[in-house]
Amino acid sequence: MGHQHVHDENATRKICLSIASPKGLAHYFIANTNRNDQPKSLPNIRMSSSSKGTFISKNIDAVLLDFYEGWTFIVKFFRELFRGRPEFQEIIKQCYQIGYKSLPLISLTGFITGMVFTKQSRPSLMEFGATSWLPSLVSIAIVRALAPLITSLISAGRVGSSIGAELGSMRVTEQIDAMEVSAVNPFKFLVVTRVIATTISIPILSFYCAFVGLMGSFLDVTLNEETNIIAFFKSAFEQITFLDINSALIKALAYGFTIGMVGCYKGYNASNGTQGVGRAANSAVVLSMFLIFIEEVAIVQVTNWFR
Amino acid sequence: MKSNPEIETVSGFEGGNVISIRDLYKSFGDLHVLRGVNLEVEKGQNVVVLGRSGTGKSVLIKIISGLLKPDRGSVKVLGQEVGDLDEKELRELRKRIGFSFQNSALYDSMTVRENLEFPLVRNVSNLSRKEINSSVEEVLESVGLLSAINQSPAELSGGQRKRIGIARTLIMNPEIMLYDEPTAGLDPTTCIEINQLINEVKEKYNTSSILITHDLTCAKMTGDRLAMLLDGKFVQQGTFEEVFSSDDERIKSFYDYNFTENQV
Repeated sequence: MGHQHVHDENATRKICLSIASPKGLAHYFIANTNRNDQPKSLPNIRMSSSSKGTFISKNIDAVLLDFYEGWTFIVKFFRELFRGRPEFQEIIKQCYQIGYKSLPLISLTGFITGMVFTKQSRPSLMEFGATSWLPSLVSIAIVRALAPLITSLISAGRVGSSIGAELGSMRVTEQIDAMEVSAVNPFKFLVVTRVIATTISIPILSFYCAFVGLMGSFLDVTLNEETNIIAFFKSAFEQITFLDINSALIKALAYGFTIGMVGCYKGYNASNGTQGVGRAANSAVVLSMFLIFIEEVAIVQVTNWFR
Repeated sequence: MKSNPEIETVSGFEGGNVISIRDLYKSFGDLHVLRGVNLEVEKGQNVVVLGRSGTGKSVLIKIISGLLKPDRGSVKVLGQEVGDLDEKELRELRKRIGFSFQNSALYDSMTVRENLEFPLVRNVSNLSRKEINSSVEEVLESVGLLSAINQSPAELSGGQRKRIGIARTLIMNPEIMLYDEPTAGLDPTTCIEINQLINEVKEKYNTSSILITHDLTCAKMTGDRLAMLLDGKFVQQGTFEEVFSSDDERIKSFYDYNFTENQV
């Protein structure tokens, strides 16, 4: 069965590479299929195109291979997710590291965002004598968009880089190989636990961020309009629908999964020593932020179809 | 008596060998690292693989442990063809193999105790806390570092890290030990201590081993048999005296270089 799977993977790789470059394909046949060989064999696939002088082909090779590697990493995650004994202790530890330890930063950012957004919106609403709409306006902005986005961008920086660097350094110091030769599944222990932890923690942090942001907004509103907390929250939630909550939850789940997956993918496949660790941490942040913005656009578009 | 490595490995191939490697090839792109390697390790034997840096010594033991796949050739470990094993079968085989890494590869985020418990609790089911503790303490005692049980790897010296790395593999009672440069980066006294430990492990745990090194003191102290890897092939196998009485200039220069280096 294991062999059948390897054959399937090979077939997909061959298709990818044959589309990209005939010479890349030739090198692929020489290259081994083992994951540990890839960092060393892949540059040759790319270099072959370079020597041919086909710059575009070389880049298409690289992009298709990245897509393929990423896809197989995700498929492997779901395969390992339902296989064997779950590592509950490690998941809880990672939730603590990712979720609980992010609370101070999320609190500060969320509070200031809510307060500043309220301050910035007031003059515009005052022109129409509509400052009473402030709680509704701020709550819609925070719940629908700002809270999931701010939380995920902060987490991409704090958590994504940390996962990328940690797994990257484990890779280059052979700690991941050590797990493998100890008959322990490193993918299940390192990747599955971290992706589950980010997928659980980011939505919780996101709703926490929304709450703290509304508290920041309330502080500004109460100082200027002298309202009380019950009136503020009543007004704030009047315009919030289940669709808003659901879309915020789906966004946060998607962002959490993305941050964990990208961080793990970059770290797990790091190579070239300490330089590779730095590159893994950096590219984990850049790629997860890029994907988060794409997901934001896609989810907002889909949500708007249901409004 | 000088031995011909290629003939020696082919004769008596299967009987009593825990590791049998035949006609092994491995390349990384255009770099041909192993070009037709043959090697056999008998039960209870320490085989030292010597060679210059970058000759594929570490690649060889990574292939044996299934971390790398060969381009072609046969690698039989404990009677099983490593390349034919699926993931689950390979994991079962790895429970019987210990791998000591060059830089020890201890898990930085765990204490020494957790490092040792890590493979044990995941590979042996239904162990009580008392049994886990006694296994950890016993194996730490055998490497002389029981006092370091609650320390983190960052607090240990290079020699201590090597010992803990070996202890972590011993906790699974392996039948085969693979040592990757066990004395690299250590002072001469610690090197001798590690060499003694390797011999003690062989006696106490009845292991068969492959040691990768370019340290001739280590090779002489620990090796029952030496194999010299040059240009992707074993050019000479035998005892220390047999290997270094060779007329091959490359072996002579390897010996001279080590000798000169040690004198300096």
